[in-house]
Amino acid sequence: MALSLAATPAFIIERNMDRCIACQVCVRQCANDVHYFSGVDGGEGEVCSNDIKCVGCHRCVTLCPTHALTVRTNPLEFRPHANWTGSTLRNIYKQAETGGILLTGMGCDQPYRIYWDHMVLNASQVTNPSIDPMREPMELKTYLGAKPERLSFAYAGGADQDSLAPGNNNGSRPAPGTDADAFSLTTEISPQLELEIPIMFSAMSYGSISLNACRSLARAAKAMGTFYNTGEGGLHPELYEFGPNTIAQVASGRFGVHPDYLNAAAALEIKIGQGAKPGIGGHLPGEKVTFDISRTRMIPEGTDAISPAPHHDIYSIEDLRQLIYALKEATNYTKPVSVKVAAVHNIAPIASGIVRAGADIVAIDGLRGGTGAAPTMVRNNVGIPIELALAAVDQRLREEGIRNRASLVAAGSVRSSADVVKAIALGADAVYIATSALVAMGCHLCQNCYSGKCNWGIATQDPYLTKRLNPNLGSRRLVNLLRAWSLEIKEMMGGMGINSIESLRGNRDHLRGVGLNQVELDALGIQSAGY
Amino acid sequence: MKIVIIGNSATAVGAVEAIREYNQTAQVLVISEEPHSIYSRPMLSHYLAGEIDRARLAYRRADFYTRHNVQPILNSRVTAIDPEAHTVHTQDGASYPYDKLLISTGGVPIVPPIEGIDTGGVFSFSRLDDVNRILEHIQARPTWNAVVIGGGMIGMKATDALMRRGIRVTMVELAPRILNTALDEIGSGIMTRLLTGAGVEVCANNTVTAIHSQQGYVSSVTLRDGREIPCDLLVFGIGVRPNADLAKEAGLEVNRGVVVDGYMRTSHPDIYAAGDVAEAYDLVVDMNRTVAIWPNAYRQGATAGGHMVGVHREDPGGVAMNTVEACGIAAMSIGDGAASEEEYQVLFELNERQPYYKRLVLKDGRLVGAILVGNVNRAGIYTGLIRNKIDVSKCDRALLSEHLGLLSLPDQYRKHIVTGFGIEV
Amino acid sequence: MKRIVIHEEYCIGCRLCEVHCLVQHSSSRDIIKAFKVEQPRVMPRVMVEESGPLSFALQCRQCPEPSCLEACISGAMHRDEETGAIVCDEERCVGCWMCIMVCPTGSIQQNLSGTRIASKCDLCYGAETPACVANCPNEALTYEEI
Repeated sequence: MALSLAATPAFIIERNMDRCIACQVCVRQCANDVHYFSGVDGGEGEVCSNDIKCVGCHRCVTLCPTHALTVRTNPLEFRPHANWTGSTLRNIYKQAETGGILLTGMGCDQPYRIYWDHMVLNASQVTNPSIDPMREPMELKTYLGAKPERLSFAYAGGADQDSLAPGNNNGSRPAPGTDADAFSLTTEISPQLELEIPIMFSAMSYGSISLNACRSLARAAKAMGTFYNTGEGGLHPELYEFGPNTIAQVASGRFGVHPDYLNAAAALEIKIGQGAKPGIGGHLPGEKVTFDISRTRMIPEGTDAISPAPHHDIYSIEDLRQLIYALKEATNYTKPVSVKVAAVHNIAPIASGIVRAGADIVAIDGLRGGTGAAPTMVRNNVGIPIELALAAVDQRLREEGIRNRASLVAAGSVRSSADVVKAIALGADAVYIATSALVAMGCHLCQNCYSGKCNWGIATQDPYLTKRLNPNLGSRRLVNLLRAWSLEIKEMMGGMGINSIESLRGNRDHLRGVGLNQVELDALGIQSAGY
Repeated sequence: MKIVIIGNSATAVGAVEAIREYNQTAQVLVISEEPHSIYSRPMLSHYLAGEIDRARLAYRRADFYTRHNVQPILNSRVTAIDPEAHTVHTQDGASYPYDKLLISTGGVPIVPPIEGIDTGGVFSFSRLDDVNRILEHIQARPTWNAVVIGGGMIGMKATDALMRRGIRVTMVELAPRILNTALDEIGSGIMTRLLTGAGVEVCANNTVTAIHSQQGYVSSVTLRDGREIPCDLLVFGIGVRPNADLAKEAGLEVNRGVVVDGYMRTSHPDIYAAGDVAEAYDLVVDMNRTVAIWPNAYRQGATAGGHMVGVHREDPGGVAMNTVEACGIAAMSIGDGAASEEEYQVLFELNERQPYYKRLVLKDGRLVGAILVGNVNRAGIYTGLIRNKIDVSKCDRALLSEHLGLLSLPDQYRKHIVTGFGIEV
Repeated sequence: MKRIVIHEEYCIGCRLCEVHCLVQHSSSRDIIKAFKVEQPRVMPRVMVEESGPLSFALQCRQCPEPSCLEACISGAMHRDEETGAIVCDEERCVGCWMCIMVCPTGSIQQNLSGTRIASKCDLCYGAETPACVANCPNEALTYEEI
C-alpha cells in the first residue's frame, strides 16, 4: 500500500501521567478508539493514545475525572507560507489519495469578516432614559406571519361604522366614554406563529441528528414557547405530541411528507436551500438509514436518502407559488407557510419574489450556516454572510412596500444574544439557531458529523452513542440557553431604552459600524460609529 | 398482650424485631436454658478456629433487650407447656402465663450411641458451651489428632476450624461421600481433594464403631473397616434434630419437627413454632420439612412475631441453602442442587484446576437448585430465580458463565428486580 | 426513604460511578491518592453491567425486606437507624458469604483483599447525594424518595 501523505495527526493528546489513574473512562468513551489500555483488564498497565484517530471532540477531556488530559492541535509546521497554508496542502494530499469530494460538517470555518463583530449597539445616556428589565416588563413576544396592510374595526354602536378610519370622527380617537369592547376587528389576519422569544431552533433532520437530540429540541421549544424545525427528515411518531411547537419542513426529497405530518405541525416550511450548501441537495448514507429513520422518512431501510438539488416540481417562481398554496390548501389555510432559502447573490429580488408568491415567512440562511455533511468547498465558498443578506432583503421589501407581507427569519451563525439583537435591529423578525443549540447540548465543533461517530450523541444513530444525550439534560441545557439569552436581550434592550422587541425591529439607527468601509456600511444600511 | 418466646437465638431475635416494629406495648418474655446472651451459632466454627473472640460472637448488641423492651430469663429450662392454661413452667418451679407462645427451642445434636462414648475429650459441636469445653480441652491437653464424625456442613465447619488450629483431622462420614446432600459427586470430589491436599484424612462410607480411652480421655477410635485412628479429641458434627419434645408432650402435632402453617402456627392457634424445631413449608420440594439454617430461623421467627401482633405476612417458604469454605475455597449449595440427572435437567461447567464448578438443576425450565464451588460471585441471583420460579429456559446456558449477571436473565425479570418497589421501568 | 433509581436508557457505560464510589470509600477521599497510593485499593460498591449498548450501574436495592439481613450470621448486616440504609458493619463481618448467597440482585461482593468481608452499597453513610448519583455524567442514576 502506498505511503499516505495525509496520515499525520491533526491533534496531539497530552496525558499527565501523574494524574492519570488508568480508570479507562477515556478508553470506553472515545468512539474513534483513540485511547487503549496496554495491560489486561484488571491487571497492571497504562492508558495510551493513538493521536492519528483523534478528531478533537474533547469527550475524553471532559469526562476524565482527574483532568489528566488535554488536546492540542498538532504543532507540525510547514515552512511558513501565507498562501499555501498547511490545511490547503492537507486537502490536496487527501484528494490525491481518495479522488473524492472533501466532506465536512458544521458551518464555514474560514476567516471571512464576521459582520456581527463589527456592529455595536446603542445605549441610553442622558437624552433617553434606559429601562431596568428587573423592574419593568419587557416584551419579547413575536408574531411570525403575513401582517395586513391596515386594520379595520367595526363599532357595535352603529352598523359597519369604521370609527377609526381617517375621515370619521376627524380621524382622531373615539369619543370619550366609548366602550373599547364595543369595537371588533373585521380584518382577517393570516395565521401567525406566536413566539415568546424571537429565537427558534433551526432545521436539523432526524437522521442527521439522533432522536434524543430531536426530543431535546422539541421539549425545549415547548417549554420556552417557541418552535423547532423538523428539517428534511420527517416527523418521528413520538414527537407528534410536540406538534404545536413544530415547523414541518417540505424539502426537495419530500421525506416523510404526508397529510398527518403537515397537519400535526404549527407551520410548514418549503426548503429551497440552506446556507451551508446552497444550490446542492442533501445526502444521508444508507448505513445511517435505520429502521426508525426509514419509517419516519418513508424510504426503504438501508437505502441512501438523497435530496435532489432543486425541488423537481419547482422550476420557476410560479411553481413555488403553486406549492405554497398547495400546502395552504392541504392544511385549510390554518398554518403559515415559510420558504427557506440560502443567502446568495441577488438575494433581495429573490426574497421579493418569494414574498409575492405568497410565503408568510421568509427564512434566509447565511454562508456560515451549519450542516451534518457538506462538501468542504461548497460550505466554505458558496453563499453570502447573513448580515449583508438580511439588511439587503429588509431594505428591498420596505422599498417595495411589501415588508409587512412576510416575516423575516435570519439564520447562519447566530452565536450569542448580541447577535440576536443586532439581527433584529438589521430587520429580522426572529432568528433561527442551530449550531448554538447543538453546542448547548455538548457539541465541540470537531466537524466530523458526517462520520456518524459523534461522541456527544448528537449527530449519530449508533445506539452506543445516542445514549449519551439524555433528553432530560439536553432540553434542560437548551432551555437554560434560551433563558439566558432572553435575559441578556432584555438587558441590552433596556439599555437602549426600549421595552418591546417591536421597537427594535429594523431599527438600524441602534447600530453603528466599527472597522467597516463605506461600501459595507451602505450594504448594511448603518452609519459608522462616531456619527 | 403477653408474649413468651422459648429460645434465645436467631428465631427469637427475628420474632422480637418483628414484634417491636409494629407493637410497642405487648409484654415480651424470652426464656432460654442457656446462660449466655444472644450469640451466633453458625459463628461457633469461627470462634473455635480462633478467628474471632468471645465479644464478636454476639449476634446483637448488648443492649438488645433493653432497647426492645424485652425481659430475658436466662439459664432457665422450660419443662412443660400447658396449652389450655396458656402457661409455661420452668425447671426452677416458676410459671409464666402467655397469650401467645413461640417455641423456638432449636435442635439437639445427633449423637449416636457408640461403645466407649462416655469419656473425656468427646464433644458435640452445637452450642457455645460445647465449644468452650473443646477450647478448654485443647488448651489443657496436647491435642495432635482429632476425629470429626459427620461429613456434612457441620462436620466440614468443625474440620475447617480445627485445621486452622493446626490440629490433624480425620473426618468420618457414613455416606459414600462427604457433603452428600448439599453437593453432587463432582462438588464433593473437589472439596475432598482440597481437604486431603491440606492433610485431612477423609474416610467416607465409614463410621466409628468403638471409642477407646486412656486415663479417662479418648485415645483412639475404631472404624467400621477395622482401622484404628489415634484421637485426642472427638467431635460429633453430624447435625441436629428438632428439639420438639416439649411440643410433643404438650399435645401439638409433631412430625419430625413441629408442624406449622404459613404463619408458623402449630396445631394450637395461640402457639407458634419456628426455626430448627419447626417443620415449615419448603418451596423447592413443595412440602413441609425442617431445614435447620440461620436464614430460615430468622425469617420464620419474624413471620411468627409479626402474626402475633396482627401483621399477617405469609412466609413464601424456605429454600435449603448453605455455604462452607475449605482451604480458602468457598462452596455453596442452594435448593436442590444435588438432584439427580434422571429426574431433572442438569447443566454444569467445570474447571478442575481453578477450581471452578457450577451445577444448575432445572425442572420445567425453572431453576430448582444450584451448586457453586470456587467462584461464588453473585450466587444470590440463582436464589432469586429459584424463589421467584422464573422461566429460564431461554437463557439457561448463560447462567453458567463466570460472568453471571443480571443481564444473563430474562429482560422482564431483570427489570423488575432492578427497578422494583413501584418504580416504572 | 430515598433510594437510588437506575435508568438504563441513559447509562453510557463510562463507569465513573465505580470510580467515585471508590474515592468516596477510600481513606483519603482524594482521587489520585485513592488510586495510586492506597493499598489495597478500595472496592467500589457499585458495579456496571454491560452487554452491547445496554448497560446500567447496579448497587444494593435497599430492599424493604432484606434477605441479606435475615441470612447474616454475625449481625453485621443491619439497618442504619438514621438513614434507613442496609449497611454491613465491616468490623463484625466474618466473610461467611451467606448474604452473597441470598441477595437476588447479586449486588454484594466479596472483598478478598485483607480481612475477607462482604462489601455493599451503604448510600454513602447518609450523604445528601450518594457519590455515584452525584457524578453520573448523564443522570442515569437519580436519588428519589420512594
